[in-house]
Amino acid sequence: MKTPPLLNARRLVFWSAYLALLVLLPLAVHKGYWLSLLCQIGINTVFALSFNMLLGQTGLLSFGHAVYYGLGAFVTMHALRAINASSLHFPITLVPLVGGAAGLLFGVAFGYVTTKRAGTTFAMISLGIGEMVAASSLMFPSFFGGEGGVSSNRVVGGKGLFGITYGPQIQMYYLIAGWAFLSILAMYALTQTPLGRIANAVRDNPERAEFVGYNPRRVRFLMMMLAGFFAGIAGGLTALNYEIVTAESLSAYTSGLVIMMAFVGGIGVFFGPILGAALITVLQIVVAGATAAWPVYFGLIFLLVVLYAPGGIAGILLEQMKLWRSGELRRLWPSYLLALVPAVILVGAVIFLVEMSYALVNSSQTGSSEVRVLGFGLDAGRALTWIAGAVALAIGVALLRAAAKRIAGDRYVPPLPQGRT
Amino acid sequence: MSAPALRLSGVCKNFGVSQIIKSVDLEIVQGERHAIIGPNGAGKSTLFNLVSARFPVSEGRIELKGEDITGLRPYQINRRGLSRSFQITNIFHNLSVFDNVRCAVLWPLGHRYSFFRRLSGLGDAGDRADEVIDQIGLARRRNQPASVLSYAEQRALEIGITIAGGADVVLLDEPTAGMSRSETEEAVALIRRISAGRTLVMVEHDMSVVFGLADRISVLVYGKILATGAPDAIRQNPAVREAYLGASFAGA
Repeated sequence: MKTPPLLNARRLVFWSAYLALLVLLPLAVHKGYWLSLLCQIGINTVFALSFNMLLGQTGLLSFGHAVYYGLGAFVTMHALRAINASSLHFPITLVPLVGGAAGLLFGVAFGYVTTKRAGTTFAMISLGIGEMVAASSLMFPSFFGGEGGVSSNRVVGGKGLFGITYGPQIQMYYLIAGWAFLSILAMYALTQTPLGRIANAVRDNPERAEFVGYNPRRVRFLMMMLAGFFAGIAGGLTALNYEIVTAESLSAYTSGLVIMMAFVGGIGVFFGPILGAALITVLQIVVAGATAAWPVYFGLIFLLVVLYAPGGIAGILLEQMKLWRSGELRRLWPSYLLALVPAVILVGAVIFLVEMSYALVNSSQTGSSEVRVLGFGLDAGRALTWIAGAVALAIGVALLRAAAKRIAGDRYVPPLPQGRT
Repeated sequence: MSAPALRLSGVCKNFGVSQIIKSVDLEIVQGERHAIIGPNGAGKSTLFNLVSARFPVSEGRIELKGEDITGLRPYQINRRGLSRSFQITNIFHNLSVFDNVRCAVLWPLGHRYSFFRRLSGLGDAGDRADEVIDQIGLARRRNQPASVLSYAEQRALEIGITIAGGADVVLLDEPTAGMSRSETEEAVALIRRISAGRTLVMVEHDMSVVFGLADRISVLVYGKILATGAPDAIRQNPAVREAYLGASFAGA
C-alpha cells in the first residue's frame, strides 16, 4: 500500500483556509464587542471538541466535562498569581499549558474511576464527580475564591518579544487563536491514529474490541486523559482571557452547555462541534442580549436538534452535500424555498408565544402585560392575542409538515446511513 | 510432541443453581479442524464463551498451547493467540469494512495504543487488512460502512475480523447460521482457506458442513462430552446416534 501524503490537497486547502479565517476575522470586526465574542468562540471550540473526543469518538456521554475545564482555569489562575507575585519568568504565551497539565492530571485522577464502565454507568459517575467538584468549590474558598472567584492580571512585567504584553484584547485574541488552531489540529490528528480508530471501535462495540486484543477500559482511560488535557487548555485560555475564574466554570451549567454545543453542531463528524461552539456562543450573547427568555429558546433549539436532526448541523450539511453531488439538490431547491414560508411563520409564532408567556408571568412585577415583539406591540393579558398566536403556530406546523412531505417525495432514494472514517 | 492447542480439564459452569457445563475434559490437537456438535441447549456456545473468557469458569482449568489462561481477560487471551467469532454478528457497525479489519490487525502488529503515528502511514496494517478483505471476498465493499452489508457479507466480515490478527487458534461459533445453501458453500470454502496452518474449533449445526470440514468431532450433550473422535467413528457411535435419534445423520 502506498503511504498517502501527510497533507493532501483537500486537507491543505481546508486547514489553510481555517487558519486564514482565524487570522483575518478580527480585521473584519472593529468593535471590542465582536472581538470578545470571537475570543469566546475560540475557547468554546477547543472545549466542545475535547468533549466530543469522549461522546462522538469513544461513545462516552459525560455530564461533568466542565470539571476539567474549570479546574484547568483555576489552576492556571493560581499559576498566574504566582507569576505575578514573584519575579518568576514564565512566558504568558505558554501559560495555557498549565491549564492543560491540570486537566490531564484531573483526567488521570477522575478518569481512573469514571472509565471503569461505559454507557449509563459512566454518565452517572461523571455526573457525580461533576457535582462533587462543584460542591467543593464552595467548601474550599482558599482555592476557589468563594462566590467572588479568583482573579489576577495577565500583563506581567515589561514588554515581551515584539512588544507583546497580551494587554490589548487583539493580542489576547491571537494567543487564543494560536492555541485553538494547534489544539484543533492535534485533536484532528488524533482521530487518524491507531488510538483514535480503536476509540471508535470501542464506541461501536466494546466487546468486540476486547476480542481483537484491546482493553476497552484502557482505551477509554487514555481518551479521557487526552480530553481532560484539551479541556484544560480551554480553561487556561478562559483564565487568561477574563482574568477572573468563578465556580460557574466548573458547574453543571457549563457541563450542560458543552453537551449542547457538541450536539447541536453534530457529534458524528469531527468538525461538528466547531460549528456548534460558534453558533451557541453567538446565540448565547445575541439572544441573551435581546430577550430575558433566552434559556427557553436554547431549550427549544436543543430539543429540535435532538428530535429532528440528531446529526446536528454537520449532519444536515453533509446530507445536502450528498444531494448536491448527486444532482438532486437542483430539483429540490424550489421545495426548500417553499418550506421557508411556513418555517418563518412557525418561528414567529413561537417567539410571540414565548415572549407573551414571559410578559404575563412577570406582569405582577412589571405591572404591565404589554410587550413589544419583533416590532409589534402586544398585550399578553388579552385572550385574542393568545388565540392569534396559537392559530399561527398551528398553521405553521401544518404547512411545515406538508412541505417536509413534499421534500421527502421529491427525493429518489432514502438517505443511507453515513459511514464514519 | 507439542502441547495441545487447547486443553480443558474439569471445566464447569454454573448459572445460578443450574450447571450448564459439567466437568468437560477436552484436548484440541494443534493444526486440526475440530467441530463441536450437539442438540440445542447442550452448552456449545457456553463452552466457547468459557474458553474465550467471555464468561468466567466456575471450576476447572483451561490451557492454551500449554499455558494456563484460566481467569485471564478476553484481550489477554487474544494477545496469546486465540481469536473467536460470534454466533450473532459482532462487528463495528459505523466503521468501514477496511477499518473493521484494520482494527483487528493493529495490536498483533505492535501498534498498541499509539497516538503519535498516523494510521494511513502504517503500511503493514493497511496491507494486511486489504489481504484479508480480498480473502473474504469483500474488496468491492472495502470503503462502505459495515452496517450496510448484507447478512452473508457481515458473516464474512465477522470471520475476517477473527482471523485478521493471525491468531493460530480460531474458534468459529456457527459460521453458517442463517445462510442459504449457496452462501453456506461459499462460507465452507472460506473456512477451508483460512484454517490452513491454524487450529480451528467450530460449533456448527449443519451436519454436511461438520462432516465435510472436521478432522475430529466432539459431541456435547447436556453439558458433557459424550464422545470425541474422527467423523466416521462419531457417525457409528451408538450413544451419539441415540442422542440425536439417528435422524440428523441419515444424510451426512
